[in-house]
Amino acid sequence: MTHDKTAQDKRALHELTIHAALEGMRSGEFTSVQLTQALLDRIAAVDGNVKAYLRVTAEKALAQAEKADRRRAAGDDAPLLGAPLAIKDVLATSGVETTCGSRILQGFMPPYTATAVARLNDAGMVMLGKTNTDEFAMGSSTENSAFFTTHNPWDFDRVPGGSSGGSAAAVAADEALGALGTDTGGSVRQPAALCGVVGLKPSYGRVSRFGLIAYGSSLDQIGTLTKDVRDAALLLNVIAGSDPLDSTCLETPAPDYTAALTGDVRGLRIGLPDEYFIDGMQPEVEASVRQAVAELERLGAEVVRISLPNTDKALPVYYLAATAEASANLARYDGVRFGYSAGADSMFENIRRTRGEGFGAEVKRRIMLGTYALSAGYYDAYYLKAQQVRTLIKRDFEQAFTQVDVIAAPTSPTTAFRIGEKVDDPIQMYLTDIFTISANLAGVCAVSVPCGFDKANLPIGMQLIGPHLGEETILRAADAYERATDWQRHAPALTGRAS
Amino acid sequence: MLAATTKSDTRYELVVGMEVHVQLLTRSKMFCRCATDYAGAPPNTRVCPVCLGMPGTLPVINRDAVEATVKTGLALGCEIAETAVFARKNYTYPDLPKGYQISQFELPLCIHGRVDVDLPDGSTSPIRVRRVHLEEDTGRSVHEGGYSYVDLNRAGVPLMEIVTEADIHSAEQAYAFLTGLRSVLRYLGVSSGDMEKGAMRCEPNISVRTPEQKARGEYGAKVEVKNLNSFRAVRSAIEYEMRRQIDVLQSGGAVEQVNMGWDEERQRTVLQRTKESSDDYRYFPEPDLPPLALSRAWVDEIRAELPELPGAKRARYIRDWGLRPTEADALTGESLVACFFEGAVAAYGEEDGKPQRMANWITGELFRLIYADGEGQDLRQIADVRIAPAQLAALLALIDDKTINPNTGKKVLDIMYATGDDPQDIVAREGLAMVSDTSVIDEAVASILAANPAELARYRGGETKLFGFFMGQVMRATQGKADPNAARQRLQELLDEA
Repeated sequence: MTHDKTAQDKRALHELTIHAALEGMRSGEFTSVQLTQALLDRIAAVDGNVKAYLRVTAEKALAQAEKADRRRAAGDDAPLLGAPLAIKDVLATSGVETTCGSRILQGFMPPYTATAVARLNDAGMVMLGKTNTDEFAMGSSTENSAFFTTHNPWDFDRVPGGSSGGSAAAVAADEALGALGTDTGGSVRQPAALCGVVGLKPSYGRVSRFGLIAYGSSLDQIGTLTKDVRDAALLLNVIAGSDPLDSTCLETPAPDYTAALTGDVRGLRIGLPDEYFIDGMQPEVEASVRQAVAELERLGAEVVRISLPNTDKALPVYYLAATAEASANLARYDGVRFGYSAGADSMFENIRRTRGEGFGAEVKRRIMLGTYALSAGYYDAYYLKAQQVRTLIKRDFEQAFTQVDVIAAPTSPTTAFRIGEKVDDPIQMYLTDIFTISANLAGVCAVSVPCGFDKANLPIGMQLIGPHLGEETILRAADAYERATDWQRHAPALTGRAS
Repeated sequence: MLAATTKSDTRYELVVGMEVHVQLLTRSKMFCRCATDYAGAPPNTRVCPVCLGMPGTLPVINRDAVEATVKTGLALGCEIAETAVFARKNYTYPDLPKGYQISQFELPLCIHGRVDVDLPDGSTSPIRVRRVHLEEDTGRSVHEGGYSYVDLNRAGVPLMEIVTEADIHSAEQAYAFLTGLRSVLRYLGVSSGDMEKGAMRCEPNISVRTPEQKARGEYGAKVEVKNLNSFRAVRSAIEYEMRRQIDVLQSGGAVEQVNMGWDEERQRTVLQRTKESSDDYRYFPEPDLPPLALSRAWVDEIRAELPELPGAKRARYIRDWGLRPTEADALTGESLVACFFEGAVAAYGEEDGKPQRMANWITGELFRLIYADGEGQDLRQIADVRIAPAQLAALLALIDDKTINPNTGKKVLDIMYATGDDPQDIVAREGLAMVSDTSVIDEAVASILAANPAELARYRGGETKLFGFFMGQVMRATQGKADPNAARQRLQELLDEA
């Protein structure tokens, strides 16, 4: 089923990595218009089955590509000049409908652009379109999208993961050279693992959240989905850095992350936390991750057994902290100023009906959970307690990073599950994020890299977690591992029961 | 109007805590760059994605608003937090764009202040300030013809909230506290303090309790009154509520803890429609704004730049210049008045009771002219009058050196107020200089006595109170210009001649 991309002499344009495509455009081998057209053709050919995109902005993309070609002809070599990328639909894009996968924002045209997207634009990106997401990034499979479910390119019967499932699937299916996603509890890393691509969640505060339509404000962070680690570093170079529009964005200047990709992991101390290898996880996942860690050891890294004792509390803490913030963040959707409005006769009736009709079940569930956690009489027992335990989880990581440079763990306890399999069981669905949530609670950075396949030929991801602002270290380790293996060279066959 | 408190009321103690919302005079809004000059602007023209609460936008703290709040806190004797935290106050209303108000809950900017309020009877009562915090204003809802409209020009304007402890025990105290507070705000230049324009909104929490309750440290159920558009209304509302609550208790009822509104026309409080839900604002720390660190150096800088405040000015006027408390109060309420007074004293002199004479002229004559000017009772107009402080000093000097007499002085002041001309020019132009030439006065006195033989006979017959009549006639004959002392002396001589 899998075919090896290296078997071909030359990859098709849509199969290229971002850095390879930039080389091709620099050397004049092809233009951005040609590259963009190739990707639009690819989307036209496969997205009917994958359903990664909520909206393809072909005309705008070609216009941007023409502009990029003109800039290049004029001697410009902006870092992403002419590279066609996809943007998760929770990031505001001026003049392009932005829905968060929700009926309540259907038709919403923001008059502003998310800072991260604006920086990609300035760097010469060609935006292909907006990718599918669980509604307001609440979910792990894209099944909570109000519009449709995205299909995993490795098996159309299965979910791509979520909530950035559209972005992950688009990259995996070669419908974009790379994409932006957002990660509140694993929403970049888990779909990256399930789709066999690289997913980077930077440290909290590394990338501006301005224009990221908030779910859990203290956890949300924009991340990248790419075909390899170098592309992740390239994109992070562009989107990282301070922003006067986001007070939680750090002033610390961003380094050149590609410079960290030395391939050298000798002496790197890698921690293996006991709590991340547990009963109930898919045996092939554990085996692949352990094998990947062994590979890093072979490359010169030192492996240390560590403990993150509060790991088992991460899931409940997350579902109190994230939902509490969400309950406030989603209060603005009242049908008064933008988006869907039910058009009821009285003021409060209109707010009630707009929200009742505009939000899906999972969003309502989380708003109710969060409202409850903040309510008088429950605040101390739920919200406050969650904040206290969150501090403990943060300390676990601080403690661990005094002993090791990087923590290695599985990204997801299983490979991609079947569409519909967990949709009626929120707890089972929530458990799919059990290994990714802690990094958000602690504000640290993490990357998921492909590290094998299970018997059903579904990709497995290894997660490398670094300390706050430790992006260079995790990218160096991930890149060294990637160079020593060839998992990223496998491409999905795009088969299964098409939708 | 309500009758004054009756004897039976002494059984009850009035307990009032005050919440005051103050719009700050910053150029831009609390969390975005929109202008705050929304007065008179067409609806929804001072808005941007941030203050419209559009998805994905984030707040950025306005440094000037923080500075204004720290200034106020320092002026009210507060401790300034080293770390202040913003919080989300959640409730649903169409004029609240985000569905929550960014406010402060735990860790406000300022805590533990104290204001000493001077009362007309000369007593002073301390009122503790629980906290001063910063938040954003809401928009405005208009309900018209069966439709509801929302104007978000005001949404996000910086709003400072000052909360007192329940230390107020009379409507007079409340009135004095608010007047004093507004005065401080204006001295600091942080707010216009204009209640009728909504730049200052007062919400008293009013309750009454028996001495027994007080002994047990208990309070009565409190009633919060809103919609008060003047200090007078606050005073009336407190008086009304106290009376109402006492009546309820005396007739065996219980006071309900509710929100009331003030009906200015009927001069009474009315129950506001109970809210959709009870007040559970579900406060939690605003994740979009990291805790705000206030460096001690910055706070010290602000402290060093604080202007002299009304209380200190008042004390200085009394101590250094020997002013009476009444005039000292009247001159220090508005910083613009104090500024005028100090300028006038600087030009006039500090010796021989001159500051008190100047104070009399300003609080008597100048205030009279300002009040009569049709622009209402706002003494801040003193900044716009055509008389400069030095000109008023020159006028008083003309009276002191007997160029004119005090009554003529008032006439000259009227002309100065209307024209802005120098008093010397007016006196010269109008020929108002005082006549102390004895021959002129002698002649006037002689002709008055000659023209009124009947009155003269009555006077000499013992009806000495007619002296005033003759004096008036003399002043009239000299068009008021005669030196009154010289005239009096000469009149006395001639009357007593016989």
